[in-house]
Order: sequence, then structure tokens, then C-alpha cells
Amino acid sequence: MQFLITVLLDGLIYASYLFIVSLGLTITFGVMKILNVAHGGFFAWGAYLASISIIYLGDNEYNSFLYYFAIFLSAIIVGLFFGYIIEKFILRKMYNEDIHLIVLATFGLFWILEDLILHVFGVDPLMPYYPAMELGGIEVGGIFQGVYSLTLAGLAIIVAFICWYFLKKTKYGKVLQSVIFDREVSVSMGINVTKVYLITFIIGGMLGALGGAYIAPTISVSPGFAIDVVVMSFAVVVIGGMGSVPGALIGSLIVGLVRAFAVHQAPILELFIIYAIMAIVLIIKPEGLFAPPKPRKI
Amino acid sequence: MFKGILKEQTIQVGIGFVFIVVLLGTFILPEWMSNNFMYGLSRGLAVLGLMILWRTNLVSFGHALYYGFGAYAVAIAQKYLGVTDVFLRILIAIAAAGLLGFVLGFILRRYREIFFAMLSLAFSMVLYGLLAKAEFLGSTDGMSISPSTMFGFELGRFGLFYFIGFVVILSLIFAHAYLRSSLGHLTTAIMDNEIRVEYLGYSVEKAIHIKYVISACLAGGAGGLMAAALGQVDPDSMVLWSVSGELVFVTIMAGLGNILAPFVGAIFFEFIRTYAYEFAPQAWQMIIGGTLLAIIFFLPGGLWSLFQKINPFKKEKK
Amino acid sequence: MATTEILKTTNLQKSFSGIIAAEDINISVKEGEIIGIIGANGAGKTVFVNMITGYLKPTSGSIEFNGKNITGIKPREATHIGVCRSFQVSQVFMSMTVKQNLMIAMSLSKKSGSALLDPINDDILSKECDKILKQYNIIKQKDLVVSTLSQGMRKLLDIAMAVVGNPKILLLDEPTSGVSVEEKFGIMDIVISALKESGTTVLFVEHDMEIVERYVDRVMAFYQGQIICDAPPKQALKDKKVIQYVLG
Repeated sequence: MQFLITVLLDGLIYASYLFIVSLGLTITFGVMKILNVAHGGFFAWGAYLASISIIYLGDNEYNSFLYYFAIFLSAIIVGLFFGYIIEKFILRKMYNEDIHLIVLATFGLFWILEDLILHVFGVDPLMPYYPAMELGGIEVGGIFQGVYSLTLAGLAIIVAFICWYFLKKTKYGKVLQSVIFDREVSVSMGINVTKVYLITFIIGGMLGALGGAYIAPTISVSPGFAIDVVVMSFAVVVIGGMGSVPGALIGSLIVGLVRAFAVHQAPILELFIIYAIMAIVLIIKPEGLFAPPKPRKI
Repeated sequence: MFKGILKEQTIQVGIGFVFIVVLLGTFILPEWMSNNFMYGLSRGLAVLGLMILWRTNLVSFGHALYYGFGAYAVAIAQKYLGVTDVFLRILIAIAAAGLLGFVLGFILRRYREIFFAMLSLAFSMVLYGLLAKAEFLGSTDGMSISPSTMFGFELGRFGLFYFIGFVVILSLIFAHAYLRSSLGHLTTAIMDNEIRVEYLGYSVEKAIHIKYVISACLAGGAGGLMAAALGQVDPDSMVLWSVSGELVFVTIMAGLGNILAPFVGAIFFEFIRTYAYEFAPQAWQMIIGGTLLAIIFFLPGGLWSLFQKINPFKKEKK
Repeated sequence: MATTEILKTTNLQKSFSGIIAAEDINISVKEGEIIGIIGANGAGKTVFVNMITGYLKPTSGSIEFNGKNITGIKPREATHIGVCRSFQVSQVFMSMTVKQNLMIAMSLSKKSGSALLDPINDDILSKECDKILKQYNIIKQKDLVVSTLSQGMRKLLDIAMAVVGNPKILLLDEPTSGVSVEEKFGIMDIVISALKESGTTVLFVEHDMEIVERYVDRVMAFYQGQIICDAPPKQALKDKKVIQYVLG
């Protein structure tokens, strides 16, 4: 029982954080058909910017909402700044290129973003633990659990809800869906696809940065820590279906829970099992579990 | 299959190139520079493998699977069978990778584009996950490789360098023979139009499978040579996805124009990495990333297109 | 002399998720015949060609070739037994030269197994290739990349690539569509004379009735997935139903 609760808690928390990051990746892929390796760069930058902001604010329990303000602001700034520059000056010039070349370009961008971090923030690890410390912990079914990590699950639910509401209930959401469905038809319908791409890329980047920024208080933020996250969120997106929002949710849950189970029960399988699932899904259902519908091209 | 191949210009230039590299590496240059040549030649084999796949527009984001598998095959053969003979080593590396490629090929030959890339990535990460946790294979620390021997005598660094040159020449001959053949010409044909290939009476999947195994063998051979050259194998520098990414990067940097390009590109890459690491340790990734973007934007044919402009032989694209 | 039946279909039917694209197709083709297939767009002509050549699997019914049941075979198997085709939209290798295209087609039809690992540029094959290019009047363009060619030339190349497979029966899907009026008869003269020489049975889908009248022995008219008329051209083109549904 104790074990089950531990696995569930760990799994759900990890899934929540993966979901926020992967959502950004899957939206970018769904709309722009770009597999963005630089997403890891957004993630790392979000984490670093939030970390130094929190450390700058210091251990100050009277202004604790400022921590959260800093976290969200970091995500927005990183998404806007790098998203704008990367989309406008690099990716926009590549949309007619081979899909593999675009992935490679984002790979190069990832390297660049990684090294920029070293120059801006230095090589020493940052530990912005104040928000997590402030919220303390509670006992869940006999297990001690940090409250801050639990709020991550809340954030994931809010993000999922906003995303669902935006796509299903708003006019812009419908525009986006039509672009996802068929780019050429959308252009002929008078939708400004260039603008949609830019905004999508920025929002995707913001989500990646938010994942990093929000997780920062619970970890030690050090150079290179984003590398695993990129591939892990690739696995999530592939399992769920590239470009599918519900897919990102289910994919994160699968990866989060399986990983938590492996970590506690069979650490030897920790990495192996996730990629094995990814491979199996690709073999059985290459489009992923929740593949978005495709237009029929005659 | 190999009729008259030594008379072909590509092969003559290739052999000349390898001779020059090996001579420079063994007699003239200081050791650190010569290492770049040795590693470049070895890894160039894996890049050649990727290039052959890329000609059909199949890009593997997980080719480190075979590179690492070949390298580990050498390590395992040493640990359990005591094999240190360099001929056996390369044969084991190639055979192991080829066999794995043959098995996985049954699945991968049905995939194209991003799905091919992603499934390759998944397979390579499965191997990584296994190796990183396998204690009997040294987990993330990997294993060390003892110096290679030939007929019972220790080969030494120079000897190994000659051997690498020899393997590269054989590979060039084989790759060229494949690409100039009818089957090799199918590679571009499949990229252009799979339906027509089927209606010409040849199975597209079979053609891709053959090509995939060839590509896996080359990558495995590269891994085997690198294991011998470095004296060390470990999952992070041989199987991780970033290793695959580097191989893809070198392929695009080198260009797809000629079978020599992968070796030129791989050597060039070793130099950028060494120099960047030496003179700008905090910016070497940035330099590599920047180079990658610059090549994509300003030199779509890769480094080889530069050579073509100044090439006195005026080689036709093959 | 040419009286053996080479192709026969029995109650051939194809439907796509309930919508019938072809039904009750019963034909019999004799060796050496040249048959024109006519009908409005969407009448089921291409579906018919696709079923015979293995691109589509019939929903029901059977196809017999030389007395053997070949229903639902794969395209490459069809090619192996001598059922070849050309395409409405030329299916050629766009990034290669004309000669490379034909050389690939020729080496695949003439070589197999390890012989495929021999260099593609073999002298005998190359000479033969030039001969065919000359016959199809695209020898001047042999070193041009196909994507730079006109539609008509691509069609000729497409047909030549099907013909070098030594088909016993050749299905041409709109060999003259997208081709300029001046080129049309040129193409058909070249193709039909080449095929008559080798005694190949030909079925071709065609919209231009002038061409149909000039070259074919027999006409099959399609309407809404069915054959409404199967007769020699003079008779078929005067048929009431054909005039109403196909020519009208």
C-alpha cells in the first residue's frame, strides 16, 4: 500500500511536469510539423531565469507570491524572447526544407542555447529552494510529500484546462485546429499562417520554459540537466501521438507512472522501459495512441 | 560486382586521400592532431552509413545504436572470449551490428520520414537504457579495451592507424560498388517514387532492408574501430542520442555528394571539436551549433560542395 | 492466329467504404488486341486498371491472366508475370536523368539476384537503352533531369519504362492526357507501333475519341462503374448509350 502510494505520487508529479513540457512540444509539432529539439533550451532557460529571480528575491516569506510571479514571468519572457527570434529569423526561412534539416537546425539551436546559459548564469549549480521550503510538506497515506511538488499537479490540470478551452471554445482555437488539419486549405481560407506559426512557437516555448521554471525549486539547476528532458518529452509525444493534446496527457501519465514504478521497484529498468514503450507504440501504432486526424490527400 | 572498380576515379582519389591522411597521421603530425585524423577516419565509416541511408531520404536519429553495439561487441568479445586480434575485432563489430540491423530492419523498412527517425531513436535509447544499467558491462563507466594485436603481436598506435586506413579503403570500395550498381541506383529511385519501383518489379522494402543492413555494418565497424582507438567504451559517448545527433550533423556538414565526403567531414568535425574545446571550453557547443546552422543556411551541399568547386577532376555527382 | 484469351475478369467489383466504384465487370481480352477504355471522369476506368495491375484489391470477383487466377496480387508480382502499366500522372524518377530512369527499369527487368550488384552502366545495356530512347524519340534529352522535361516527354518515358519490362499485356492510363495536341498523335504512333511489333496486348484509357478511332480494335465504355458497351470502335461510338453517357 505504502509502495503503491509512493509510486502514484511520484508518478503523478513527474507526469504533471512532463505534460507541461510535452504539451509545448506537441503543439509546435501539430501546427508547424517541426520536431523542436531546442525545446530543451527553452526548458533550461526557464529554469535558470526562474532560479536567479528566486535567489535574488531571497528567503522572504512575506512576499512569497513574488516567487510564483517570478516563475511565470520567467517562462513568458523566455518564450517570447527566444521563441520570437528563433521562429522569425531561422525557422521561418526553412519551412520548405526537408523535415530532417529542420530538426537538425533546432538541434544546433539547442547547443547554442545550452552554451549561452554557461555564459550568462555560470557553471555553478543553482538551488532556488525557498518556495518549496516555504510550503513545507504533508503526510499522504503515511508518506511525507512536499506540498510544492503537489501544486505541480494542480498547475498541469490548469494548463490542460486552458488548452482545452482555448482549442474547443474560442475562435482562435478553431483557427489553430484548421491549420493543424490542413495548412494549404487554411491559407486559401485567408488565415495568416505565418502569424499563427509565430504565436504557436512562442506559446510552445513558453510551456517548455514554464516546465523548467516551475520544477526549478525542487531540483539543483545545473548545466546540461535539460538533455534528458528533451528525449523524455520526445518519448511522451511519440507515445501519445505527435501533435495531439490528449495524447500528450496520456503519454505523460504513462511515462510518469511507469518511470516511478521502475525507479522504486526495478531501478535497472528505469531508462530502458520508457524507450521500450516508445518503440512498441511506434511499432504497433506508428501515429501514436491519439493520432490527430489527417486530411485525405488525393 | 567489383569489376574494374580500382580504375574508377572516386576510388583512386579515395585511396590517395586515405594514404595521405595515414602518412600525415603517423609520420608528420603531433599526436593530438593525428588523433583527430584517426578518430575522424573511424567515425567517418558511421557517417558513410548514414549518408547511404540519407540518399533514400531516410534519416536515422539513432544510428549510435549500431556504432555503440559494434563498440560493445568488441568489449564483450575481449572480456569473455579474450579476443584482442584486430581483424577479429572489426569482424565481430561488423557482424554484430549487421545482425542487429538485419533483425530490426524487418520493422524499420516499413517506416519513412519522421517515424523512421523516431523509431531509430527509440531503439538506440533502449540499448542505452540497458547498457547504462548493466553492471557486468560497467554501467555508465563502460569498459576499457586493451591494445589490439595482430597475429599475436601488439599492434601499437601506428599499426592501428594503418589498419584503420585499410578498413576505410575496403569500405570505400564496397560502398562505391554498391552505389554504382543497379541496386544502389534504386536508392535515389525509391526516394523519388516508391510506386514506380514496385511496378518495375522490385520490392521497395527489400531494397531498403539491404541498404539498412549495409548502413548498420558500416556504423558497427566505426564503433569497433573507435573502441580500439580510444581504448574505452561507455554508453554516454557511444550510444546516447546526442552521439546519433552528432553523426547526423557530420553527415549534413560533409554533404551527400561523394563517398569521401563523410571522412572529410568527420575529420573536420574532430578538429572543430578539439580546437573549440581547447580555446573556448565554454563555447564549443555554441561553435558546433553555429557551424551547423551556417552549413544548413549557406552551404546546403555541405563541405563537399566546396571541394567540387575547386576539384581539378570535375567529378560528376554519383 | 491471335485467338488465345489472355485476360478475363469475372464479376469484378470494388467499393470504397460502401460506395461502389466498379461492379459487374466481365471482360475477355484476346492476345494481341488493342483496346480503348473510354468513359467520363469517375466512371471507374482507373479503378479498373488499378485492380488489374494489383494497386487495388477487388472487393469481390476474380481476374484471370493466361488462365491463372491473379486476383489481389501485388504490383511487383503483376510486373513479374508480365502485366505492366503506365500512369495517368507520370510516375518517373524526377531527380534522375532520362537515361538513368530507363537504365534502372531495364536492369530491373533483365537482372536479378546478385547480378543487381553489378554496375548499372554496362555497355550492352547502355546501347540497348539508347536504341529504345531513339525509338521513343527522347534520345536528345537522355542526359536531362526528368523534372525539366515536358509532360509529353515524361509520358513517353513512363511508357517506355513499362514497355522494357517485356509485358504480355500493357495497361496505359491516359497516355495522352496533359499532352499538347501536336504531341498526342506522335506519342501514340510511337507507342502503338512499338507494341504491335512485339505483339503486346494493350488496354488504354483515353478521352480523345479521334485517337480511339484511329488505334483500337475494340472499345470498352465505362459508366458509373459498369461497362455499358463493349464493341469495335465504329459500332461503339454510334451506340446510343455511349453517346448519351460518355460522349454527350
